[in-house]
Amino acid sequence: MAYSEKVIDHYSNPKNVGTLDKSSKNVGTGLVGAPECGDVMRLQIEVDDATGIIKDAKFKTFGCGSAIASSSLATEWLKGKSIDVAATIDNMDIVEELNLPPVKIHCSVLAEDAIKAAINDYRKKNGLEELVFEEKGVH
Amino acid sequence: MLKLPVYLDNNATTPMDPRVLETMIPYFTEHFGNAASRNHPFGWEAEEAVDYAREQVAKLVGADPKEIIFTSGATEGDNLGIKGVYEMYAQKGNHIITANTEHKAVLDTCKHIEKLGGEVTYLSVQPDGLIDLKELEAAIKPTTILIAIMYANNEIGVIQPVKEIAAIAKKHGVLFFTDATQAVGKIPVDVIKDGIDLMTFTGHKMYGPKGIGALYVRRKNPRVKVTAQMDGGGHERGMRSGTLNVPGIVGFGKACELCRLEMEQDTARISKLRDKLETALLKLDEAYVNGNRNHRLPHVSNISFKYVEGEGLLMGFNKNIALSSGSACTSASLEPSYVLKALGLGDDLAHSSLRFGLSRFTTEEQIDYTIEQITNTVLKLREMSPLWEMFKEGIDMNSIEWAHH
Repeated sequence: MAYSEKVIDHYSNPKNVGTLDKSSKNVGTGLVGAPECGDVMRLQIEVDDATGIIKDAKFKTFGCGSAIASSSLATEWLKGKSIDVAATIDNMDIVEELNLPPVKIHCSVLAEDAIKAAINDYRKKNGLEELVFEEKGVH
Repeated sequence: MLKLPVYLDNNATTPMDPRVLETMIPYFTEHFGNAASRNHPFGWEAEEAVDYAREQVAKLVGADPKEIIFTSGATEGDNLGIKGVYEMYAQKGNHIITANTEHKAVLDTCKHIEKLGGEVTYLSVQPDGLIDLKELEAAIKPTTILIAIMYANNEIGVIQPVKEIAAIAKKHGVLFFTDATQAVGKIPVDVIKDGIDLMTFTGHKMYGPKGIGALYVRRKNPRVKVTAQMDGGGHERGMRSGTLNVPGIVGFGKACELCRLEMEQDTARISKLRDKLETALLKLDEAYVNGNRNHRLPHVSNISFKYVEGEGLLMGFNKNIALSSGSACTSASLEPSYVLKALGLGDDLAHSSLRFGLSRFTTEEQIDYTIEQITNTVLKLREMSPLWEMFKEGIDMNSIEWAHH
């Protein structure tokens, strides 16, 4: 299977690889996937308490090139967005942007799940109600 | 000089040796006759070429030329050998013993036989990939007609104790079939010394052409017969009808001859390169060889790089290095390698594996390049891996509630 140029670019030059302090109150962490399934994504956001804007986003991913690219792209999109807008990022936007083939759609779903998990972790830490998301259940 | 891309997927197929191609070419054009045409020179030429090739093939494995049945490849040989015995020996019994690390061509053939009413025992293997001989013997019953155990495994290169298996089969009056696709031409295989009754192998894994293989069927002590699975003109002593693929057979014969003459020197060189590759890659933390390292093909290595996913790893260099992985993402089924799982490896380690298959044409420069590329990519991806970070922090990954999907 040939990868799209965008996937190759994110894989070769991943954006925002790293770790934020998960104990910090304004950092939300989402850890999704499982080692046995061949992909695990950890996505973190640092939120400006006053504005609700995502100041920074980092990821680490164990997985195929498409999983790495999906999470790299997700961190790019998250930075500068409010957490409410970030919650509306849809996996199909990632599929479209990266030109993922059907067999790799689950990578985008995982990235969307990671975003939502990170947002909810942040909300929980700050005494906000966790958002309820619809199950995508593709994988 | 370094020649790119580097091809290290020789368990899938080998390049054809140019010397093999050379011998084949005249049989496409000038000598195009049908080997079954008995009454003109075109047929005679073709028949003579086939006879000569049959001798070359037989000689490599210590067989009599009459015991070589040409097939389209190892899959056909697996089908003909196993289904052919099942049908031919139906009076005697309906039980077959095989192992769960066999190639799909054997496993799926056995599943088909189960649907026909046969009984199949699938032995599990030990963590090093070898079958347990005691378990094998214990599985034999009065209705057992065939033991089908591969010579060497295609994913991990582990060589089964063929002689011992043959002795057990003989002791109980059971036939022994072996899929020797990965072994023939790479290590000495001798059907007499090894005690093999039926054996399949193929040209394209030993620098010969694709689409041609052979099934060895023993003629003496005991005389073995298989029921044809393809009916027609009664070619190949009635066991495999169909016009003979003369150019393919000629090439296969030449490939066998080259392997017989050059095996020793090839093996000495290739195994040294394999060991160099393996030693260098095992310097990486958390890298493990899969399968028994003492009973293994000299050109094969299968290594898991923990906390890095196989397909992601391949992507780091697959423009320049051709390899295969046990990762689910590289297979159509989205399941990680069943062979690695049969060794008891967790799915995570199966996902993290690479299979290296070297060849006659692999150079030391290519191995050096491969070591460098893989080492760099593993290190880079581990920096990106949340699992590696957890491992480094000493977090027990089993304590995490993973969201299985």
